[in-house]
Amino acid sequence: MSNTGIGAPVRRKEDFRFITGQGRYTDDIERPGQTHAYFLRSPHAHATIKKLDVSAALATPGVVGVLTGDDLAKDGVGGLICGWMIHSKDGSPMKAGAHPALAQGKVRYVGDHVAVVIAETLAIAKDAAEKIAVDYETLAPVVDMNAATGKGAAVIHDVAPDNRVYDWHLGDKTATDAAFAKAKHVTKLDLVNNRLVPNPMETRAAIGEYDAGNDAFTLYTTSQNPHVARLVLSAFIGIAPEHKLRVIAPDVGGGFGSKIFIYAEETVCVWAAKKVGRPVKWTSDRTEAFLSDAHGRDHLTHAELALDDKGKMLAMRVHTKANLGAYLSTFSSCVPTYLYAPLLSGQYDIPAIYCEVEGIYTNTAPVDAYRGAGRPEATFVVERLVEVAAREIGQDPAAFRRKNFIRKFPHQTPVIMAYDVGDYAASLDKALDLIDYKGLGRRKRDSARKGKLRGLGFSAYIEACGIAPSAAVGSLGAGVGLWESAEVRGNPVGTVEVLTGSHSHGQGHETTFAQLVSDRLGISIDQVAIVHGDTDKVQFGMGTYGSRSGAVGMSAIAKALDKVIAKGKKVAAYALEASEGDIEFKDGRFSVAGTDKSLAFGEVALQAYIAHKFSGQELEPGLKEGAFYDPTNFTFPSGVHVCEVEIDPETGVTKIDRWVAVDDFGVVINPMIVEGQVHGGIAQGVGQALLEGAHYDASGQLVTASYMDYCMPRADDLPSFRVDHTTTPCPSNPLGIKGCGEAGAIAAPPAVINAITDALGHEDVAMPATPQAVWRAAQKAARLAAAE
Amino acid sequence: MTTVTMTVNGKSVTANVDPRTLLAQFVREHLRLTGTHVGCDTSQCGACVVHVDGRAVKSCTTLAVSCDGAAVTTIEGLANGAELHPMQAAFREHHGLQCGFCTPGMIMAAVDIVNRKGHVLDEHTIREELEGNICRCTGYHNIVKAVEAGARAMAPGAAAIAAE
Repeated sequence: MSNTGIGAPVRRKEDFRFITGQGRYTDDIERPGQTHAYFLRSPHAHATIKKLDVSAALATPGVVGVLTGDDLAKDGVGGLICGWMIHSKDGSPMKAGAHPALAQGKVRYVGDHVAVVIAETLAIAKDAAEKIAVDYETLAPVVDMNAATGKGAAVIHDVAPDNRVYDWHLGDKTATDAAFAKAKHVTKLDLVNNRLVPNPMETRAAIGEYDAGNDAFTLYTTSQNPHVARLVLSAFIGIAPEHKLRVIAPDVGGGFGSKIFIYAEETVCVWAAKKVGRPVKWTSDRTEAFLSDAHGRDHLTHAELALDDKGKMLAMRVHTKANLGAYLSTFSSCVPTYLYAPLLSGQYDIPAIYCEVEGIYTNTAPVDAYRGAGRPEATFVVERLVEVAAREIGQDPAAFRRKNFIRKFPHQTPVIMAYDVGDYAASLDKALDLIDYKGLGRRKRDSARKGKLRGLGFSAYIEACGIAPSAAVGSLGAGVGLWESAEVRGNPVGTVEVLTGSHSHGQGHETTFAQLVSDRLGISIDQVAIVHGDTDKVQFGMGTYGSRSGAVGMSAIAKALDKVIAKGKKVAAYALEASEGDIEFKDGRFSVAGTDKSLAFGEVALQAYIAHKFSGQELEPGLKEGAFYDPTNFTFPSGVHVCEVEIDPETGVTKIDRWVAVDDFGVVINPMIVEGQVHGGIAQGVGQALLEGAHYDASGQLVTASYMDYCMPRADDLPSFRVDHTTTPCPSNPLGIKGCGEAGAIAAPPAVINAITDALGHEDVAMPATPQAVWRAAQKAARLAAAE
Repeated sequence: MTTVTMTVNGKSVTANVDPRTLLAQFVREHLRLTGTHVGCDTSQCGACVVHVDGRAVKSCTTLAVSCDGAAVTTIEGLANGAELHPMQAAFREHHGLQCGFCTPGMIMAAVDIVNRKGHVLDEHTIREELEGNICRCTGYHNIVKAVEAGARAMAPGAAAIAAE
């Protein structure tokens, strides 16, 4: 391992600009002649628009334009799309209602976009928006998922008269029912996976610009996947053909899934730039972000686990209602289906699984992928069920898990996935050691002496990452392939640029991707530049989500690097006057085998460009190679997280006393960055378990729409984490990488709740387990204990 | 419009501003010092922290006109030319940032903590003192380490934090 190669904890190349205030985020960009957009949003959850009069706003000095859904329709601008087709049990396609970027006759959630005011300053735009007269006829709001599909519920989209988007299933119902019929013990649980708001610290922003001379658009935007944004804006929404639309995603301040999607505001800014003839900028404020960013999770689930007389798992049966909000966001349909049910086998050998999912419209913000996307929801079901089952049959939760672990690989689960490799017991053993499981009894007694309740919770998670083999996702309804592209440009002086379709918004690609190049080409990471986030520079890419940038994005770079080395060998053969077969490449030098003749990478790069030695030959000048990498399987990161809490039953306050994470991410490029990803993921998972929850009242008002009402994890809510790993290299990609970005958020929630319920004597508590909720549960547990 | 004069990062600036202009808007839009970020508009997240007359202030809820005559330091004014401030160096060395958006406010708040609490800070103190700054990426683990190391490095005579 070199000091900047694979496996080295290299300090990040990108940090200098961020720590000196020189990062360049979308809102930091100012375009000549820039105007400011403000969106008038619906104050009602569900209403028809009888009349919309913008004349007074338009007459306000400083206003350059006011645009509505009628203007979109006149220009033939299409609606926002959902790119993944799900079919119901009966074979019918999902019911996708129209999703105009500005309302056309009806609003469907508080925050829905009614009109946009474009003015010289944001203050003028806001003032003018107050002069827009909207005559709403309010309709009954549909907020509760259970009521949404019942008789008499108002209809949100005419295409879905029962507010059901789909009624989907996966698995073998007959085999599952048969297994349950012969079970010795059945554990049953009702679970709420609470609704979350992703909350990257940088809110969404966009600048649309139109160049009349070339009839071409540019969109600067906070995107995790600028090429997908261009594809959707071009091919489906119809803003401009792809070669006339450039999408730039500069520094992006966190995404967590919420910046994958193609939203109304970005669409409107780029379209409006041509309408008003000037650049149009919009930056979300935090409350707008709460109202209009796609939310995450929001499941109601009934789950059952069947066991035989020895505690061996026989089958699992799951029914989930998934809230999809008022419109189908870009990838929303696949999150509670194909990113959820295929993970229900967890780390366990479960012969039969059957899962039903109802996707439901409500008058709330659209729900889509949020860090983990479907896999945290699945893991919460599996790990809560497993924990409760172990307690019910009186087995140690760690031993019960170990007994049911999958041990032979590859392993075909009953729900699509073929796990390639793993060693779940190794992670569990290490975690038990690091948490000092043997000392738990003593620690519980120590806490009890202080009047506190101590509990420990496991979460043995698995996720499917490296999304994804294009043929596989295509067969499941995806509208795109999920490969990645890379281009490696060797320059005449021996420096290298890597153009990648992945996008870094905190992950540190400028460092880790350069480490791969350093490792393969034997050059310093300072000689490498990583170029991303601009559709005019990078030919194509599918972007960053689903922990795919290492396993898929870097695999594409590795393929391109192989081609560069192969080309370098041909050039070196001419330069060293040897046959190509005799050229070896090692430690940054091309050498003739068995001789002392060699050239450094930079010298061969120069030879490639001057072409003096091979002019007129078949070999072309230059040292630039591209590659597309389409994975052959998902990757399956896994691990065991253990949370230990101490609860004050007088106040209900839960203190996380210690946290151990043992993850198997396969080959790790930069352990410092990987550990940072784990820390951040755990914090978001702890946020879900203890603090966070998006709440709509019965009228459909979001009552948690600022940081004063939505409880974000802060430094004093969290402990330091003990992060370790085991390693089984991924066999399906050339680097052995599995992916690490989502693991913490997937693992953490059940670990926390399992710990709390352990402390409370198995009394259940829903997320977020706020002090009030824990206090109530502690009171109930005490009453039950007293009654026994 | 109102005239406001202040010293920002050692330079005197005078501007005519709409009286409702916030200090964050003033430094970002008028002075184009875009290292100061706005993350929440309600003084909850701390991405906008700058120093006004040596004290940490949330610039998203401070009127620019209220800083007339004040000395303001933003993240751009913290380093001594190419030489990083010890707290900046500590954030890089300890991987105390990921997306970088909260980072300027975190660093400015951290320097203020050291100014108030001294150079030897325990984990509990750091976590309590960071209550006013939200990071969504790091889980705070490495920020706490960075602040602890940065505080020590800020002590007179402390060795500079190694770049690697």
